[in-house]
Amino acid sequence: MSRRPVDTGDPDRLYTITGGRSEAPDDLDLVSLIVSECEPARGMQSEHVRILKLCRRPAAVVEIAAELGLPVAVVRILVGDLLAMEKVTARHPRAAPAVAELPESSLLLEVLDGLRNL
Amino acid sequence: MDSVTFEPSARTPLSAVAETGLKIVVVGGFGVGKTTLVRSVSEIRPLNTEEVMTEAGVGIDRTAGLPDKSTTTVAFDFGRISLSERTVLYLFGAPGQERFWFLWDRLFSGTLGAVVLVDTRRMSDCWYAIDRLEHHNTPFLVAVNRFEGDTNAFPLSEIRQALALPDHVPLIDCDARVRASGKNVLITLADHLYELAMARETP
Repeated sequence: MSRRPVDTGDPDRLYTITGGRSEAPDDLDLVSLIVSECEPARGMQSEHVRILKLCRRPAAVVEIAAELGLPVAVVRILVGDLLAMEKVTARHPRAAPAVAELPESSLLLEVLDGLRNL
Repeated sequence: MDSVTFEPSARTPLSAVAETGLKIVVVGGFGVGKTTLVRSVSEIRPLNTEEVMTEAGVGIDRTAGLPDKSTTTVAFDFGRISLSERTVLYLFGAPGQERFWFLWDRLFSGTLGAVVLVDTRRMSDCWYAIDRLEHHNTPFLVAVNRFEGDTNAFPLSEIRQALALPDHVPLIDCDARVRASGKNVLITLADHLYELAMARETP
């Protein structure tokens, strides 16, 4: 499953998938967890259908990209579509988006405990 | 067709109540063992994906799928560790070479911290990474992957000197192939981050 070829070699296809659009929500992080709020409907774009199926349980943007074999930038646009249509919701990372802003010690303690219990 | 290649059963889903995704980045030169380290601690087989960008590294999202722009792609691996039902940690392996700097802003944004993985035979490979992490103010530790062929076995004190690493940056040995060792790297980093946060929060 890993090392599946990523579909970057064919810009025309990516252009088609995104309808030539290039804007994605700024707050959509690699590790934002995406959750489907509905089942796929007839007539939806196939990539949207695949995302809705995958996100019946939460999945990070980067996992969606790997599973679909599409570049992250393209997946962010597709997820942005679904967010705008309210077909999915996003659970954004609690850690501050700004670089150099350390998260709270309580979160780090949670991380530490989680790692120790592995 | 999609449903055949794409049944969710083929992967290990997260807990339904997972709500917080966290990031730690593993950087280092080519072949230093980044993917090996990610694999040894990840609960899933490491996945691979790519980011597409302009050569200039600006307007990342605007270039996606635009055939008339000069784009470049960079691949990176990642793994996953569910820390609890609600919290999941993603580990990203990122190439440390200078030409990949544009990937870093995206990866490092909001990251908890970084692991710089070092091969003592090619120590200079990580200079650039350390420089950028310091520039970004991203907390990090340096882990020396002790390959079997590491016959020189430089002591850590010499490596610290060679890397001009300040005393406050943790420097440890590891064996990226061994789960317990990889786990220890992450715990040491998390401990370091916790200390930093406590120091900042305590007036």
